[in-house]
Amino acid sequence: MIDLLGYGAFFLVNALIFGVLCLGLNLQWGQTGLFNVGVAGFAAIGAYASAILTTPEAAERIGGFGWPILAGWLAAMLIAGAAAALVGLATLRLRADYLAMTTFGIAVTIQVVALNATALTGGPFGIAFIPRPFASLAETPIAFNAANLALTAAVVLGLFLVLETLTRSPWGRVLRAIREDEAAAASLGKSVNFYRLQAFAFGGAIMGLAGAMQAHFIGFIAPDNYLSILTFQVWAMLIVGGSGNNRGALIGAVVVWALWSLSSLAVGTFVAPAFQARAAALQIVAIGMALAVILLVRPRGLVGERATVSRDVEALHDEGAPAHEPVRD
Amino acid sequence: MTGPLRVGPSHVERTRGPVRPATLPRLWSGARMLEVQSVSKSFDGFRAVDDVSFVVPAGSIVGLIGPNGAGKTTTFNLIAGTLQPTSGSIRLGGHPVEHEPAHRRIAAGLARTFQIPKPFGEMSVLENVLVAARSQPGERMLANLFARADVQRQEKANIARARDIVAFVDLARVERLPAKALSGGQRKLLELARVLMAEPKLILLDEPAAGVNPALLETIMARIETINRGGVTFLIIEHNMDLVARLCGEVIVMAEGRVLGRGAPQVMARDPRVVEAYLGGAAA
Repeated sequence: MIDLLGYGAFFLVNALIFGVLCLGLNLQWGQTGLFNVGVAGFAAIGAYASAILTTPEAAERIGGFGWPILAGWLAAMLIAGAAAALVGLATLRLRADYLAMTTFGIAVTIQVVALNATALTGGPFGIAFIPRPFASLAETPIAFNAANLALTAAVVLGLFLVLETLTRSPWGRVLRAIREDEAAAASLGKSVNFYRLQAFAFGGAIMGLAGAMQAHFIGFIAPDNYLSILTFQVWAMLIVGGSGNNRGALIGAVVVWALWSLSSLAVGTFVAPAFQARAAALQIVAIGMALAVILLVRPRGLVGERATVSRDVEALHDEGAPAHEPVRD
Repeated sequence: MTGPLRVGPSHVERTRGPVRPATLPRLWSGARMLEVQSVSKSFDGFRAVDDVSFVVPAGSIVGLIGPNGAGKTTTFNLIAGTLQPTSGSIRLGGHPVEHEPAHRRIAAGLARTFQIPKPFGEMSVLENVLVAARSQPGERMLANLFARADVQRQEKANIARARDIVAFVDLARVERLPAKALSGGQRKLLELARVLMAEPKLILLDEPAAGVNPALLETIMARIETINRGGVTFLIIEHNMDLVARLCGEVIVMAEGRVLGRGAPQVMARDPRVVEAYLGGAAA
């Protein structure tokens, strides 16, 4: 029982970190319509930035500054956000399909750099001994996982509240207007590129934070963590949960991560050891099936139906303010 | 003509609660609202707009007519900044704007609607209109986190004004519906409401009557007249000659990228060059 609870906590920490990635993608795609297929790249930047800054000095690579974990997280956000801003400056004028190709290429490039810049990233062996929050509790897994769950949940809650405030503000309204019709938004005086840049950079920073959180929770990173399968998972989560909806982003992350973990368990249990490596591909099939079913049954995702309304407009509706009498001519 | 206009006084009186006069900008002092000077636009060598010059006086309603392919919408796009002219200059209230990006021209008082309406489909009618408000501290990301009181105060004022404008264009009953649920004619009205929210001095309307049923068309024309009485200048592309004859004091006729002539609608309709342009266009 204790084991199961411990696993539940471990599972939720991982799922919620994916939830953070989804929140970042939701800001970019769900709210602003930016087709970012380079999620893994920004997560990688955050993970490596924080790992390099917080690990103890190591002889074989540059870095190892021994910073506190929190400072590593903040730096991860800053660096990933700055990287996203740079990428955005270069690409946000592009149409959606070109933006997709470009971000995909950038993410692949980042992964290849992580693999080859051995002096900085440890190359294929990655970076180990990344400090873990509540490391002193590591002897008792349940306490360690529970403490990390509390920390992760607090971060997710804070981020969720900030994003809800922003998406339901006039700022978020401009993002949605740009998503709906860029030419109309520009004709109404909105600087389309500037708002896209803000959404892309902030979304990138959130993805960087998620990368750092995951790196510190696991304590080890390697370039293989940041293949495009990660981007695929995050996209699947957002679409299953409900694009354009922050709650949907989190629910999608938990649901799809559960499916992923269960299918992994199923492969481990029912497939002969010799075939397990190949059968692992069935996990991707499972996610793809889930995606297809959701798109057929609930095209807007599990909780994506409700249109986002600005906070003060919604307050007006909640008050039951009478509609204006129509003008009769 | 210089006083602030109450958008549709009739509805303001019916509003429950305090009366909120929605004010529109005062008439500009300059007599020339818009000057288009020797403007040309080429696409791969094809001159869609060829050395076009005209003036739109402040406070007027001017029609821009001509057969399909005459370059009317391209001219609109050049004035609005969606396209950059190959050559020539565009002045708004005496200030050159041809190098300003589209999103800055509305701050200079220039607003436009689209031939095919471009509603923000997933957003409510009211929110569509709110997007256009010019004074919005909440459009700065951090203000929403650290200066919420400011944001809320302005947002409430904007919502009140947006509701007045939505009522003015007869969309109050559908203000909470997503804009994608509106009919073609209602979408035209929504476009008008959106640009009104931005307090423009000059409104470019691209075919406000196209695909609109007669009852709604009457509403649209009446609203345009009311707004114009408040001092807003209009330049209107339109094929519906009833609308042109009723609203426009003058029309500018374009054909094959050039200005053919200018005058009262009834006079221009009989002008042999104009007749030739329309018939020639139909034969081609």
